Amino acid sequence: MSDNEKGNSPSRRAFLRGAAAAGAGALTTSAATAQTADTLITKVQPWAQEFGDGVDAAPYGMPIEHEGDVIRRNVEWLTADTVSSINFTPIHALDGTITPQGCAFERHHSGAIDLKKEDYRLMVNGLVDTPLVFSYSDLERFPRENHVYFCECAANTGMEWAGAQLNGAQFTHGMIHNMEYTGVSLRTLLEEAGLDTAGDLKDKWVFVEGADASSNGRSIPMEKALDDVLVAFKANGEALRKEHGYPVRLVVPGWEGNMWVKWIRRIEVTDAPVESREETSKYTDVLDNGIARKWTWAMDAKSVVTSPSPQSPITHGSGPLVISGLAWTGRGTITRVDVSKDGGMTWETARLAKPGEKMALTRFYFDTEWDGSEMMLQSRAMDDTGYIQPTKTQLREVRGLNSIYHNNCIQTWLVRSNGEAENVEVS
Amino acid sequence: MLKFPKSATLIAAAIFLSGPVSAEKLGLGRSALPEEIAAWDREIRPDGTGLPVGSGDALVGEEIFADQCAACHGDFAEGIDNWPKLAGGADTLDHEDPLKTVGSYWPYLSTAYDYIKRSMPYGNAGTLSDDDVYSIVAYILYSNDLIEDDFVLSNETFLDVEMPNAAGFILDDRAQTEYVQWSGEPCMENCKSEVKVTMRALVLDVTPEEEKTEVAAVVEAEVVPEPVAAPVVEVAAFDVELAEAGVKVFKKCKSCHQIGDGAKNKSGPILNGIFENAAGAVDGFKYSKAMRKAADAGLVWDNVELAAFLAKPKTYMKGTKMSFAGLKKEKDQLAIVEFLKSLED
Repeated sequence: MSDNEKGNSPSRRAFLRGAAAAGAGALTTSAATAQTADTLITKVQPWAQEFGDGVDAAPYGMPIEHEGDVIRRNVEWLTADTVSSINFTPIHALDGTITPQGCAFERHHSGAIDLKKEDYRLMVNGLVDTPLVFSYSDLERFPRENHVYFCECAANTGMEWAGAQLNGAQFTHGMIHNMEYTGVSLRTLLEEAGLDTAGDLKDKWVFVEGADASSNGRSIPMEKALDDVLVAFKANGEALRKEHGYPVRLVVPGWEGNMWVKWIRRIEVTDAPVESREETSKYTDVLDNGIARKWTWAMDAKSVVTSPSPQSPITHGSGPLVISGLAWTGRGTITRVDVSKDGGMTWETARLAKPGEKMALTRFYFDTEWDGSEMMLQSRAMDDTGYIQPTKTQLREVRGLNSIYHNNCIQTWLVRSNGEAENVEVS
Repeated sequence: MLKFPKSATLIAAAIFLSGPVSAEKLGLGRSALPEEIAAWDREIRPDGTGLPVGSGDALVGEEIFADQCAACHGDFAEGIDNWPKLAGGADTLDHEDPLKTVGSYWPYLSTAYDYIKRSMPYGNAGTLSDDDVYSIVAYILYSNDLIEDDFVLSNETFLDVEMPNAAGFILDDRAQTEYVQWSGEPCMENCKSEVKVTMRALVLDVTPEEEKTEVAAVVEAEVVPEPVAAPVVEVAAFDVELAEAGVKVFKKCKSCHQIGDGAKNKSGPILNGIFENAAGAVDGFKYSKAMRKAADAGLVWDNVELAAFLAKPKTYMKGTKMSFAGLKKEKDQLAIVEFLKSLED
């Protein structure tokens, strides 16, 4: 293949991170014939001869050092200080759907606080029959539930409204994580305090706030509070990490991450929204005419190709290629993902690794044969409401350029014949 | 009744039909005491519910603001660096890059009181008196030309203030404006006649470099300063009166820097024992690249260097994380240096 040869000329290949390691043998489309015997096979290697680490070398294990670049990253120019900032999940390097806690994005408004279980208190007050205070151990005595949910910051992809800006799926789409939560339903705790006093629940709200200095208060309509909101204390089987709200956080499935109050200390039943800073001055979406939408809680269907992508180039040349990505919707389940290699002229339906789960990440794969020519890779998610992920042009027609939040546009990666990928916008 | 997006209403119907909200109680937890509820239930509502009795005006507010807020928000609430701008931006909401401030954007004044009372000053939250908060809110309003300087803001006059953008919000209308048109069967073939790249992220070049953790470790190892002689604080050279004056000046620093026993790194590093010691050397604080570079080059915080840094931080060290505008008066610079001398590690 001439494209193949051109795409993998030495000068181009040198341009690629990690390409050298792939070796010349990997470049052909069918099983290669080795010219010389591989000493990794013919010679006894140290790891096949000597001892490895004993048990307890790491009582709590970290990823092996060779994976040291799979870490959260910060975009320093975005914010004034790391205590009120955000970093990004390395989604370009992960697979499956569950995000390990140690590399799941962080968003703090006043820093991640150190709050012990024994110092933890949760108050339920307001329009309830008996205002209550729960300790951490009280929470452990209520019936528990397990659910996998994604948590996406409303500002995910927010830097891309005006144009392609950050070169990497981690930075364009990494304000998201997906964990299995263990906790008590908010409904259970509200019922324990009693809701008779609240009267008609249809126009009631709960105001939730955290124990940190920012106190991050948000108002949640009672319908949602009684539906699927979880007061969670475990994630992926272990205690929440400090940076995710240890010991207890709120989980608000499908809704913007800012409502998932960390270190939650108080739940108040109210007859109106509080209109706190986080639900007026922030997390409201300014349209072209200067009018802003508020209460845009649900995260619409969205997807992104995580590999290949700018931080995860193709290093093996033409031939079999796995195009992989993530899809999610805050309004139900993902039913289908389509992939385009030509910037949206033609689409083919990708394979879902598992059927979509409600308000959780769905992994998709598109197993293909790459001829080494340039691709404009896109993915397009659909959910069970019939919604189709829009293009950036479609979004801009309705919202303009100043919304900041809720950018769920179709992403384009320009993949060059050398396998390198770049964040671009297309016509 | 409040209006909800259609989908929410549908969900709601299903929930309320699924059974009455009265389950068997487990008898867990304990009753919250009135004083406990009073301590935590402090949010202020748009209708003024929750406002404490008190008052303040912009003139008093200006002084408190200079002490407590200006390091990040600027003397005139104009904001420093990436810190929020609190004033200005009138009539910019329909422009490119609208400036969203308390004056130009916030629909309710209650939100400003609520947030400042509970979460400000930054790094020292919840320490302002009720009257201080009224004064600061008044100063912010004044900075936005929304009140005159003789207006006394109080729990009684609070709702008299008109917020310019009060009517600038609509409820989520995506169901009508977006969901209807973005659904159905998507196009699979010949969806466009041609595709061109119209914008490239590489042109902007604002993506962070990928630094591996090993690299960071090496840099840190290089930073280990030459052993510096233990700071000999000569009794004769220490001016107690000046250091006492420095205590007052330090108010400007304390929202970001902690000192004394049990001090922790905040927005800025702990300042115990930094005088006559190597720059950029406080354990566990993540310094700017500029500070790490200066430390590498052997910067030591002596009288001269500290005073120069504190006079104009951004000029002295381009790229420093310290967002403080600087101490204009030489008297204040000397006082703070003297005060820092007194803080042993």
